This record gives sequence, structure tokens and C-alpha cells, in this order.
Amino acid sequence: MNLTLKIWRQAGPTAKGELVTYQVADISPDMSFLEMLDVLNEQLINEGTEPVAFDSDCREGICGMCGLMISGQAHGPERTTSCQLHMRSFRDGETITIEPWRANAFPIIRDLVVDRSAFDRIIQSGGFVSVNTGAAPEAHSVPVPKEKADRAFDSAKCIGCGACVAACPNASGMLFLGAKVTHLGELPQGQPERNGRVVKMLETHDLEGFGGCTNIGECSAACPKEIPLDVISTLNADLRRAASSGS
Amino acid sequence: MREGSPGRVCPLTTGYLEPVATTTLPAKKKGVASSSIGLKFLMAGTGVIFILYVLLHMYGNLKALAGQEAFDTYAHHLRTFGEPMLPYGGLLWVVRIVLILALVGHVYAALRLIARNNAARPVKYQVKKNVGSTLASRTMRWGGLALFAFIIFHLIQFTIVKPNLYGAADSEAIKESPYVMISAAFAMWWVLLIYVIALVALGMHLYHGIYSASQTMGLNNTATARARARAIGAVVAAVIVVGFLIPPVYIFIDSL
Ligand code: HEM
Ligand code: SF4
Ligand code: FES
Repeated sequence: MNLTLKIWRQAGPTAKGELVTYQVADISPDMSFLEMLDVLNEQLINEGTEPVAFDSDCREGICGMCGLMISGQAHGPERTTSCQLHMRSFRDGETITIEPWRANAFPIIRDLVVDRSAFDRIIQSGGFVSVNTGAAPEAHSVPVPKEKADRAFDSAKCIGCGACVAACPNASGMLFLGAKVTHLGELPQGQPERNGRVVKMLETHDLEGFGGCTNIGECSAACPKEIPLDVISTLNADLRRAASSGS
Repeated sequence: MREGSPGRVCPLTTGYLEPVATTTLPAKKKGVASSSIGLKFLMAGTGVIFILYVLLHMYGNLKALAGQEAFDTYAHHLRTFGEPMLPYGGLLWVVRIVLILALVGHVYAALRLIARNNAARPVKYQVKKNVGSTLASRTMRWGGLALFAFIIFHLIQFTIVKPNLYGAADSEAIKESPYVMISAAFAMWWVLLIYVIALVALGMHLYHGIYSASQTMGLNNTATARARARAIGAVVAAVIVVGFLIPPVYIFIDSL
């Protein structure tokens, strides 16, 4: 496959960026999207130009590092991570635009690499259960209804990739926040801190400069882990309960 | 974690986590109301007030089909309702004040949220596709602006000034009989057109708004509940649009 790539190049956090056009040839349809970028970077290094900076780690869809805006869609045209996207999802001769996640809360470090540590600070402000560590408790000692266990597990699939923020017209982090709040809120261990958790995590979310939710659903459509919109409803319900209990 | 311990180091940021003295975090009440979700509560609450009012208003309008006497009597009853406990027009004023407060709250929340959402993405994408959202959901702001303009026009036209824009013979009768007023107005094609456009805007605002409000109030905790909320939104929006359209269209056709 021969492709035209328009890639956002930006030398540093405050530098002015622009789209730069590159050509790549003989790309195999079986390559992953990141392997295609590796080919481009080898080409650039051979030409003596600076390679394109992009993030990746596991390259198997579990770490959430590899977020790219590919021709206007977070993680590209398939419902997966950029590292699990393959070139067979594109046409020979296609022009592909590649941009970083764009959000006030995710400042650009360089080229396609953004700083997603705002998510870590949201987690630090309440996305945990404070239990004393020790020997693992017997798994059956605390019964969890099947539906709740399933929903907690489905919410726990979130890998913190930030595609929801990238796809949202408001750059809102509510799908991520909803996934975390639902994950812990469905389990017995999450109950004692439930009210405080949602208030604190939302406060951090807002302070970090994410937008608000307008329930339009671009986040969920882009989420590689298919986190559903009802986690945002649960987030709202938890906040309503916390506010009215005033505890 | 034990009391007084210095806090764990977060491996991701190498920053210190705040030490947690007790096993429960205190919920801070301050700030919830003006948080991004708190403002949505205000938006949804005031939106629900509008929906209830609009349903009553639509029902009342349908009385126009029963003729001049029925409609004018109904309009009069709205003013004498609750007498002698309430003064003449008392209930009407209670409703008006509630609606004005709701409007102020709704627009205030809208403006604050729009400002926050715009600031959240200072640099736009060069290429962006929308794949998971409806047109109605993406035009809530423009639809809201259209509704705001329409509400002002509508109040001047039928409540505050009642001008004779229609070249009707008797300007006094327009001021005195609501039935004469709407009959003269909707005989004009351009008045009908304005109302059709406004109702399309209202229908789209509600098609997304009803679903969105149920989501905001935290009622959709399963996929089924979410699908149901969508369906209810579509049905209620359709009922309101059609219900409001019947009297004007009937009057227009009747006048031909
Ligand atoms: C003055 C005119 C109006 C303006 C400027 C306005 C504006 C808006 C805006 C910007 C939103 C937020 C959309 C979002 O967050 O996605 C909204 C939501 C909503 N509006 Fe309006 N609107 C107006 C009138 C109305 C009327 C007349 C009704 C009902 C008859 C209504 C019902 C709703 C509902 C139910 C919501 C959804 C609340 C939620 O998302 O939780 N609005 N409006
Ligand atoms: S909710 Fe989905 S899109 Fe958002 S961070 Fe988690 S995995 Fe990524
Ligand atoms: S590199 Fe880990 S999810 Fe893509």
C-alpha cells in the first residue's frame, strides 16, 4: 500500500505546530498502524530528519498509551486501540491525517504525544478503596450479585487511554470518570467511600480543565473498551445522592 | 493506611498521594452546585419545568378547535382560576414567575457550561468526524438560541403588545378576543411558517433534551433504561410538535 500521511508536528509544549505531509510506500495491510509509523520513522531517520514522536507501550491493546486521532476519529475507524488497528482498514492511496488528542487537560508534549497525567490525578483524588493490606481475604466471604459483578468488571475494563476525551466535542472526561465511579460503586468494598469519592473525583476533573457532558455519546462510540453511556448516568446519580446526603 | 503516615508515592506521577487519615473520605458539599454536573442538574430541572408547562400549554391550545366561545372562556378561566383564594390572574402570575425563574436558571447554566466546554478544547482538530451523536444533540445551543428568539417574538405577538400585523379589520377585537387574535395571525402564511420553524427547533431540543435530562438525573443505569429514555424522548417530542401544530394548521386551511 502507498499512503499519504498528514501528521501534526510540534517541537515542544509551547511551540507552534502544523500538519506536515509525508509519503510511505510498500506498506503491508497486515502491519499495525504503529508499525506503519515505525516504517515512516526509519525513513525519516535515514533522511536525517527528526522522527515523529508518538506514544506506545504494550502494543496489545491493554495499556492505553497509544492514543492517536486518525482522520478525525479517536483510535481510527475501528473500535480498538491505535496499536491494534491494522492497515487493512485503510485503502491503497488513501490520505490519513494524524493528530494528537486535543484537550486543555491533555497538554501536548511533542508531536503526537500528550500528557494524560490529569487522569492519574483524578484517580488519586478518590478512585481507590482504602483498605488495610494483609493476606488476601477469602473471595466468597463477601457475596456480590452477578449483575453487579458483571457491571463492575465491564467498567473496570477502562484502560485510561483518553479516547473519550479526544472524541468528545466538549473534551469531557465523564466517560472515564463514570467508568471509575461505577467500577467501585457496584462493589461492596466501594460503599464506605462512595459519596466522598464522586465529589472529590468530579472536583479534580473540573479543576483539570475537562469539559462537561452533553450526553451526545461520541465518547462511548470511540471507546476501545466499549464502556457504555450508562456509567455517566450512574456517576450523575452518585453525585445527586452525595449532594443530598451532604455527608 | 495508618494515621500520620507520609503518604504513598504514586508510581505514575512520582507525586505524593494525600495521606488518608480515616477509611472514609469526607464528602465536601461546597462546590457541587457549580460543578459541571451541578450545572447540568439545574439545566435538567428547569428543562423539566418547561416540558410540563409546554404540555399544559399544548392541551390548552387544542381548545381553539372547539370554537371562539370555548377558547375565549378557557382563556378567561385561566385568569379566574383559584378565585377567591387568589386574585384575578393570580395563578397565571405564579406560573409566569416560575417560568421566568426557570428560564433565568436554564440560560445561566447553559452559558456557564458552554464557556467551560469551549475552554476545554482551545485548539480544534483539523479533521473531526462525528460517529456516535445525533444532529439534535449537536445543535442544542443553536436550537436553544432559536427558542429564545422565538419566545420573545411569541410573547410580544400574543401576550404583551398584541400588534395587528395581519391587516385585520378590527385591531381592538384582536386585543380582546384571544380567538380572534390567533385566527387573524395564523391566516397569514408567514406566521404559520415562523411557528413551524420554532416547533421543529423545539422538537429537536426535546428529542435530545428529554433523554439527556433523564441521563443527567441519573435514571439510566442499564442499556435498557437508556433505550427506553430515548424512546420516551422521541414520543414526547413528537406529541408536543404535532399537538402544537394542529390548531395553527387548522386555522390556516380554514382561512383559505
Ligand atoms: C431560552 C431558550 C432556551 C435555551 C437558550 C436553551 C438552551 C439549552 C442548552 C444549551 C442546553 C444544554 C444542552 C446540553 O447540555 O447538551 C439545554 C438543555 C435542555 N433544554 Fe433547553 N434551552 C431553551 C429552552 C428550552 C425549552 C423551552 C425547553 C422545554 C420545553 C427546554 C428543555 C431542555 C431540556 C429538557 C434540556 C436537557 C437538560 C439536560 O441535558 O440534562 N429548553 N437547553
Ligand atoms: S472510558 Fe474508554 S475511551 Fe475513555 S479512557 Fe477509558 S478506555 Fe479509554
Ligand atoms: S500501546 Fe498499549 S494499548 Fe496501544
